[in-house]
Amino acid sequence: MWVWFHKLGSPPYFYRFSTIVLPWLAVLTLILFSVGVVWGLYIAPSDYQQSETSRIMYVHVPASMFSMSIYMVMAMASAVTLIWRIKLADLVASASAPIGAAYTFIALITGSLWGRTMWGNTYWEWSDPRLMSELILFFLYLGYMALNSAYEDRRRAARAAAVLALVGVVNIPIIHYSVEWWTSLHQGSTTRGTQFAATIDPSMRYPLFVMMGAFAMLYAQLLLKYTRCLLLDGERNNAWVKEMVKQHAA
Amino acid sequence: MRHALLILLKRDLLLAFRHPNDLVNPLIFFLIVVSLFPMGLKPDSQFLPMMGSAVIWVAALLASMLSLDNLFRSDMEDGTLEQIGLLPWPLSALVTIKVLVHWLVTGIPIVIMAPLLGMMFNIPPEGIRALMLTLLLGTPVLSLIGAIGVALTVSLRRGGVLVSLLVLPLYIPVLIFGAGSVWDASLGLAIRGPVLFMGAILVLALTLAPLAIAGALRISLE
Repeated sequence: MWVWFHKLGSPPYFYRFSTIVLPWLAVLTLILFSVGVVWGLYIAPSDYQQSETSRIMYVHVPASMFSMSIYMVMAMASAVTLIWRIKLADLVASASAPIGAAYTFIALITGSLWGRTMWGNTYWEWSDPRLMSELILFFLYLGYMALNSAYEDRRRAARAAAVLALVGVVNIPIIHYSVEWWTSLHQGSTTRGTQFAATIDPSMRYPLFVMMGAFAMLYAQLLLKYTRCLLLDGERNNAWVKEMVKQHAA
Repeated sequence: MRHALLILLKRDLLLAFRHPNDLVNPLIFFLIVVSLFPMGLKPDSQFLPMMGSAVIWVAALLASMLSLDNLFRSDMEDGTLEQIGLLPWPLSALVTIKVLVHWLVTGIPIVIMAPLLGMMFNIPPEGIRALMLTLLLGTPVLSLIGAIGVALTVSLRRGGVLVSLLVLPLYIPVLIFGAGSVWDASLGLAIRGPVLFMGAILVLALTLAPLAIAGALRISLE
């Protein structure tokens, strides 16, 4: 297992490995998305209280769930970058940031659309702690990407951005609790997402799980693809890249 | 080690006082930003005391952040920072001194100016007391977190806006607890909880931020 993991750190090996894995991931993502979308948006029953708008859940819940996890992936890859200086870890972190930002953005948009039916006639509710945390997470992603692209030298950019990602990871729980405290001052706690998920009916739970799987696979696929792009860009002067391009051209 | 820290402290304080403009400008900025907000409202607005706590806190945030730009830049340009990095003592302790100096020359004046501005916003005395207390606890955190952002960008030619992108989201907890407890105190509510929380944030920042600052500086010095 460890040997394989170390091998994966070597750029040519990673490139070959991802070439094999990617088509399978693509098929899996496609299947999961088609099943999840049809099941969630057409077959699953609509909520008796929220009617059809509850179907936004099938996009919103996975997106917001993975927006947090992707930051964790980014932070772990950053720690690996700082400690062991593995080039690939830095690329994984850099590639995760825009995907995570996109997931966060989707979560924000769907959340405010969904919230409109629950909050009344507003798209934005400052007193919802999860919405606030998500917004701040979005800012953190943007800051990370800004710093990462500000450096010309790739290796320094990697390490500077890694420090920022780790600082952010320490801050996320503090931000989360401060936002929660702040919003609880303004009004009683809003509908709890976790309770909602626990009491959710199986007829809605299973399509939700499928959609979660679909979003996870989509992330894995985009991550591999983007990492490959960054890898080729960074290693364009190395022998194995030149050889591969030659083979492709032939 | 203690001797070196004292020398650094003396040197940075001396440098700060030899450039009185750099010292005063953030405070004037603080004053102007705070007084802009009421002008954006109607003159007889009743929102003033409610807004005051938030406005003063946000202005303090911005003033502290903008004045940070000079924290490492001139030392970086004339090579002093590299020499400091070569010293046999931990860089994290040395940079803590630099952050301390920044707090002494901007944080403390902000705390002292705050009651005056609070009165301009009709904040009641209890609120002003809370304002000073929370600023006293919060401004060192602003200096510490801000220094991480500055250390990460000091080797870049244009760091200004970038620093605010990196640092402002991290300032949010301090802002929430600071401004929130001022408003609570002016309503006569107890603010022990948020103030203790701010103290906890300060302790956490004081223990972890110097490590991050030192790490970031080492990257910038490469």
